[in-house]
Amino acid sequence: MFDLLSNANTQWVLIGSIMLGFASGVIGSFVLLKKQSLISDAMAHATLPGVGLMYIIFEYKSIPLFLIGATITALLATYSIQLIIKHSRIKTDAAIGSVLSVFFALGIVFLTYISKNTSGNRSGLDDFIFGQAASLVASDVRMITIGSAILIILSALFFKEFKITIFDPLYAMGLGLPVRFLNLVLLGLVVGIVVIGIQMVGVVLIAALLITPPLSARYWTDKLGRMTILSGVFGAVSGVAGTVISTIGEGLPTGPIIVLCASIIFLFSLLFGSKKGFIPKVVSTHEL
Amino acid sequence: MNALSVQNLTVTYDKTPVLQKVGFEIPKGSLTGIIGPNGAGKSTLIKAILQLIPRISGDIQVYGKPYHRQRRLIGYVPQRSEVDWDFPTSALDVVLMGRYGHIGLIKRPGKKEIQIAKEALRKVGMEEYQDRQISQLSGGQQQRVFLARALAQDAQIYFMDEPFVGVDAATEKAIIQLMQEWKEEGKTVLVVHHDLQTVEDYFDHVLLLNKSPVGCGPTQKVFTMENLKQTYGGSLKFLGENSVVLQERV
Repeated sequence: MFDLLSNANTQWVLIGSIMLGFASGVIGSFVLLKKQSLISDAMAHATLPGVGLMYIIFEYKSIPLFLIGATITALLATYSIQLIIKHSRIKTDAAIGSVLSVFFALGIVFLTYISKNTSGNRSGLDDFIFGQAASLVASDVRMITIGSAILIILSALFFKEFKITIFDPLYAMGLGLPVRFLNLVLLGLVVGIVVIGIQMVGVVLIAALLITPPLSARYWTDKLGRMTILSGVFGAVSGVAGTVISTIGEGLPTGPIIVLCASIIFLFSLLFGSKKGFIPKVVSTHEL
Repeated sequence: MNALSVQNLTVTYDKTPVLQKVGFEIPKGSLTGIIGPNGAGKSTLIKAILQLIPRISGDIQVYGKPYHRQRRLIGYVPQRSEVDWDFPTSALDVVLMGRYGHIGLIKRPGKKEIQIAKEALRKVGMEEYQDRQISQLSGGQQQRVFLARALAQDAQIYFMDEPFVGVDAATEKAIIQLMQEWKEEGKTVLVVHHDLQTVEDYFDHVLLLNKSPVGCGPTQKVFTMENLKQTYGGSLKFLGENSVVLQERV
C-alpha cells in the first residue's frame, strides 16, 4: 500500500483529487443555496453524450475534445430545461427529470454504438460513467489540478457577488449589480467542475460531490464564508479518501467510493453538527 | 423638481396587462403611499420602475434623468417574504450588502463600510443582534435589518414594498421614524401600503392604483371616499372594517 502511495503518479492523482474535491465543495455551496442541486445533476448526466459524440466524430480519445463536447451538451441540457419550464405547463422537477434521462440515455446509446462499431483504442470511455482515478494520466491530472485552482480562485473573487445574488437577487439588481452576468459565471463554474470532474468521479455521481459536502458543512456553521471553506475541506477529504481506497482495491470505481466517503461525513454532521445537528439539538432541548 | 416621473408604463404577465399606461409624478421630499386592492399591481409597479421585471413600454425619470443613470440614488426595501431567511448569514452581513454598490465588484468591504453598516443597525435599534443568524430574528427584526440595509445604502429615493406587514409595534415605530428622517433630509420615499386606516397618518402623498392610477397627489386632496370607491371597484365591502372609519371621515 505504501509503495503505491509513494509512486509519483499516484501522488499527483491524490493532489488532483484534493483540489477537485475542494473546488466542488466550494462551488457546491453556491449551487445548494441557489437551490439548483437537481439542475447540476442533470448537467452532469448530460455531459455523457457530448463525450461519446466527440469520439464518434473524431475517432480518437482526446480529453480536451471530450471536455468541449461535454460542455456543449451540458449547456444544451440546461437550456432545454429552461425552455421547457418557460414554454410549457411542465413543472421544474419534471422538466429536469426528463431532460436528465433523455441526455443520459443518449450518452449510453453513443457509448454502446462506439463499442460495437469503432476500432482502435476506446478503453477508458466507460470510466466516464463511474469515474476511474487509476486510469488518469499525468496530463489529465494536470488539467484537473489547474482547472480546479482556477475555479476556486473565481469563487473567491466573486464571493461577495454570489452571496448577494443568491440571497436577494432582486435587491442585487436594484443596486445595479450585473446579476445576469454573475449567474452566467456561476453556471460556468458548475459546468467547469462537472466537466473536469467526470473523469475521476463519473457523470452519475459528480453531482453528489457538489451537494453532499455543503449539506454537511451547513450543520456546523451559520456563516457563508465558513460554510464554503468547510465544504471545500469535506470535499477534499472525500476526494482523497475515495481515490486512495479505489486505487488500493484494484478495479473499484472511484466515484462511488468518493461519494460514500462524503456521505459518511454527512451522516456524522447530521448527528453531531453544532448547528441543528440531531444530537446537539436533543441535548439542548433537554437542558432547557 | 420631481423626484420621480413615470410615463406610459405598461407591464403584462402572460399577455394579461397588470399595469396599463401608468403615468404619475412624485415631488422631491414627499412620503407617498401606494394604495390599491390586492392584484392592483402595487408591487409590480415598484419592480417595473426599478427594472427588476420586463415591461412593454414606459419612460422612467429619476431626478430628471433616465433611471439607469441614477441607480446609485435609489434604495429598495423588498418584501420580507421574498428572500430565504435560512441563508447562512448574519444581520450585519445583510446590512453590508447595502454598501455593495459603493464597494464595487470583487473588492471586499473595508473598515469604513463595516462602520457604516453598524451605525445603520444602531439606528434601527438592532445593534445587539449584528452577529445573529438571520433566521433567528423575529419578523419585525428582519424588517429592521432590511431597513438598516437601505439606510446604509445612503440613497436619495427609497422604494419600500409592504414594510408594515407582520411587524411589531417597535418596528412600526422605527419605520415611521426613519421615513420622517429621510423626508427631513429632503429624500423621497414611496411605500406600498394596504392599511387604509393609517394612510393619512403616515403619508403626505398617495398614489391610488388599480392597474392604472386613479389619483395621485397630496393626501388630503386625493385620499377621498369617491376616489377610494373607484380604486376598490366601487364597493367598499372590500374594505372590511376600514369602511366604517372611512365613512365617518367623509
